[in-house]
Amino acid sequence: MSAPGEPSSSDHDAPPRSENVAATAGRSILVGIKEAVAPGVRLLDLIGDHVILFARAVSWLPRRPVRAGNYLEACEYVGFGSLSIVLLVGAFTGMVMSLQSVYAFRQFQLESFAGGTTGKALAVELAPVLTALMMAGRAGAGIATELGTMRISEQIDALESMAVNPIQFLVLPRLIAGMLMGPILTLLFFVIAMIGAYFVAVVVEGVDHGQFILHTREILNPIDIVQGEIKSVVFGLLVILIGCYQGFNAHGGGRGVGLGTTRAVVYGSVVVLVSDYFLSNVLLRLIPPEVA
Amino acid sequence: MSAPARDPPIDRDGTRLDQPHVRWQVRVRGLDKRFGTNHVLDAVDLDIERGKVNVVIGASGAGKSVLIKHFMCLLRPDRGSVWVDGTDVFSLSPKPLSTFRRKFGLVFQFSALFDSLTVEENCAFPLKEHTAKSRSEIRDIVADRLGALGLHDTQKKYPGELSGGMRKRVGLARALVLEPEILIFDEPTTGLDPLATRNVDEMILAAVDRYKVTSVVISHDMASVFRIADRIAMIQNRTILAAGTVAEIQDSREPYLFEFIRTSGVAAAFGAADAAHDGQGVR
Repeated sequence: MSAPGEPSSSDHDAPPRSENVAATAGRSILVGIKEAVAPGVRLLDLIGDHVILFARAVSWLPRRPVRAGNYLEACEYVGFGSLSIVLLVGAFTGMVMSLQSVYAFRQFQLESFAGGTTGKALAVELAPVLTALMMAGRAGAGIATELGTMRISEQIDALESMAVNPIQFLVLPRLIAGMLMGPILTLLFFVIAMIGAYFVAVVVEGVDHGQFILHTREILNPIDIVQGEIKSVVFGLLVILIGCYQGFNAHGGGRGVGLGTTRAVVYGSVVVLVSDYFLSNVLLRLIPPEVA
Repeated sequence: MSAPARDPPIDRDGTRLDQPHVRWQVRVRGLDKRFGTNHVLDAVDLDIERGKVNVVIGASGAGKSVLIKHFMCLLRPDRGSVWVDGTDVFSLSPKPLSTFRRKFGLVFQFSALFDSLTVEENCAFPLKEHTAKSRSEIRDIVADRLGALGLHDTQKKYPGELSGGMRKRVGLARALVLEPEILIFDEPTTGLDPLATRNVDEMILAAVDRYKVTSVVISHDMASVFRIADRIAMIQNRTILAAGTVAEIQDSREPYLFEFIRTSGVAAAFGAADAAHDGQGVR
């Protein structure tokens, strides 16, 4: 023991206080940076996991056996399952867009342009985006719940134990169904929305039928519909991929499945809206409006 | 230039691990598995005897299910190997692995039947996937397996309409349709009443007897274990604490093993328990 007032041996060995403070501050800064970038790292991780799941699914595409029944079942679930809600939302979207356009253009005696502007907005943006949001809420959530329940009840493990690859059996058919049914649903959304728009503009608001059709043909170009269809393929893939990922990686019982389902809808919707901006950017550069 | 030939893997008894062993069908060597920071298995060595009922016991969460999932490569270890009839399980590429997995029939803890399929469709599933049999042949095989397990009237029912014991039997029927060499039961009696438990035990023994398979049963139901086991291995603290025949386990002086068996209420069946009553313990 050292005498009172004398410096102890440990005091001699210890680094100066200023060095301790610097080291502590350094560590704190590093921890702070790590915590600050952690969400970004997690996001990259998540995106990477989705890319890997997609790549693994695609790698099974050329391999046998091809289970046609699984593909048809998935198409039925994604397509017909979402059909009624897509048609309902489509009809009212077209109607309200037309109503707003007629009232806005009426100030300038240009209400006959309502058909063209509504058609353009629907074809390029509203039909693919709203259809994808409906798919996220209906098919994406349903797939996340179904696969999540299969995961926690070991049905996916059972598939593996029976030498059946669960990605080929469960994920691939759903992804293909999303990519096929997305454009079909989008087209149906567009058609029913245009019928709704025509009904409101011509039948309810008294816009001239010939003028409505003429301006729709002038403003709406077939390439707009192609743009929307291209978007819907990508959106269909993203929404179903996210649903499959959340279901496939569910854990923690019923609560885990519920969380996965919620994430499938939220992430799916956000990804559709975010990717819409970037996709629009690319498509507008590839197919400029003046050329169209 | 060809790569230099690797030395064949030699086991501690001098036999080659890469060749089928006359007695041990599955040989686990130095298996190590972590999930993140959770170290589940640490250098596990285990032998599974051909044609016998091998039971792995241990507390809940001890790693029993994790261990057996390595047998058919449902999980991959951080270190170690599993040899099944001389095949290094983890060296198999996807296609041979798919064929290899057909050696196994796995009966899950909660049966893992497909909810959307009937009992008949569940049992027919592996046959449709892996054989070129006609519908009538598949129907006959499924009817035979279900009939052997007393499930004649359930073919058109969905799993949700069955009791826990019946679901277990359907799970076994599904596992048996491809005539596996090794049957794995993951806690087959969990959640069953004593009579249903006895029925499941009898079902396991009957299946082993009829189909001449090697069985691996995971359980912590000691009454059931001593009814069916030929060999017992106990997993504790991430590794195999004791392994041997039923008699060897009964005579074990491992305090944890003794306590595990004594607390289960079946210790009275053993001489070890008598020693405990005399206040001598088993050590």
